[in-house]
Amino acid sequence: MHIFDILGPVMVGPSSSHTAGAVRIGYAAYKLLQEEPKEAEIYLHGSFAATGTGHGTDRGLIAGLLGMQPDDNRIPDSFQIAEKEGLSFSFAEKEIKAAHPNTALLCLTGKSGRKAEIQAASVGGGRILIQKLDGVELNVSLEKPTLIVHNLDRPGCVAKVAELLSDRKINIASMQLYRMSRNGTAIMALETDQPISEEAIHSLAHTDGILKVTFISMNT
Amino acid sequence: MAFSSLKEIMEYGEKSGLPFWEAVLLDDMEERNVSREASLEQMRYTWNAMLEASSSYEPKRKSASALTGGQGKQMEAYCEMYPPICGPFMGRVITEALKTAESNACMKRIVAAPTAGASGVLPAVLIPYYETCGTSEGTVLEAMYTAAGIGQVIALRASISGAAGGCQAEIGSASAMAAGALVHLRGGSALQISHAAAMALKNLLGLVCDPVAGLVEIPCVKRNVIGAVNAISSADMALAGIESRIPPDQVIDAMRAVGDKMDSTLKETGMGGLAATPAGMEIVQKLQRG
Repeated sequence: MHIFDILGPVMVGPSSSHTAGAVRIGYAAYKLLQEEPKEAEIYLHGSFAATGTGHGTDRGLIAGLLGMQPDDNRIPDSFQIAEKEGLSFSFAEKEIKAAHPNTALLCLTGKSGRKAEIQAASVGGGRILIQKLDGVELNVSLEKPTLIVHNLDRPGCVAKVAELLSDRKINIASMQLYRMSRNGTAIMALETDQPISEEAIHSLAHTDGILKVTFISMNT
Repeated sequence: MAFSSLKEIMEYGEKSGLPFWEAVLLDDMEERNVSREASLEQMRYTWNAMLEASSSYEPKRKSASALTGGQGKQMEAYCEMYPPICGPFMGRVITEALKTAESNACMKRIVAAPTAGASGVLPAVLIPYYETCGTSEGTVLEAMYTAAGIGQVIALRASISGAAGGCQAEIGSASAMAAGALVHLRGGSALQISHAAAMALKNLLGLVCDPVAGLVEIPCVKRNVIGAVNAISSADMALAGIESRIPPDQVIDAMRAVGDKMDSTLKETGMGGLAATPAGMEIVQKLQRG
């Protein structure tokens, strides 16, 4: 942990895990959807379900979906802001098998009809882990700028992504591979040392075998 | 590479001739690959957020449960009306601790230090000291590096999470951080800084995390007060040359061992301690009825 994890984050209270972490989960989900959400079905598990309302977990998740960061003073009013911005949402409790106690599952539909399903946990101090994306299990913290690639599970996709990044002098700090089933959809999660340009993302998205490309930087 | 013990920070200082806080600053520059100016700028932003949390306090605002709010103002009014038993400076410390901790419970912006639940401790000692003792902003920032360095070692060797280590890990850690910061503000040595932190932590060892209804309100808000007051007495002892008989890093290790042994009902589950009292359970039922 660096010193601004100790003195920080600057955040709207009352709880770094139940409030700040919830905002970050909502924000990550919004980025993964790649557009403003129109509808959000949200399921809360464990401690999020039990004490979420008193901690503003629900308002935090909606604030994040609206693009707010954990230090945004508008978080307590996020429900009213959502109404104004045309985001309809619902909350329900759900027992999710083997999930971390602070887990939320978000089923989103965007303004142009895009869909995304994100399961994420708030693991302490405002840090989060994305644990399931569109049905594929993964383990991504988003602490560094992260490239998430949906691809067909077949030979060569990883090599193509690595080559494209290498051509642009982008160094890969870490790389994880996940798939739902053999020959189905797979997901790559790459942390990079350099930012990735729009051009590179566009080229990647139009590469054979690549289904979807998302680049997430949590601080912008 | 972050420091793994307070001893390591002191030894680094002895070798390089740098004060405690600067060892922490240099480590941050390396760790996050940032310039000295960028690190200081981030610390200034953090300090300003603490000041803003205090100045934007709203005495009429209530928390989600409506159980928290207004006591910072109440304490302030009392201190203006009567000289508090503990003296005017301590009166302000208590007031500041309540204000920030209440603001946190009321979904206002605060600085987690090291957690949101313990966010009132550090500003409660820094703000009154800054405003009444003629300390410069620069020195306060140095004190904050001192505090952060202590917190980092505690996080690494033990824990700063109530769910993992009980309240001793949150208010105890914050108190140790604040004690070290105060010693720096008074020009104390690295050795005195670590003994102040050790004594503050020792005095809160075993403190359980037992929030009523699982909310960061009862008893969290008032525990911020004891964290701040305990920091001041520990800092004064250290400045007097009093040392912890148990070496500081061993105190931190003991805090971890105590946290590991603590029953899970006493670690932020809202099932034991004050949360399990008849009055605590009544609050839970009232909240469920809405």
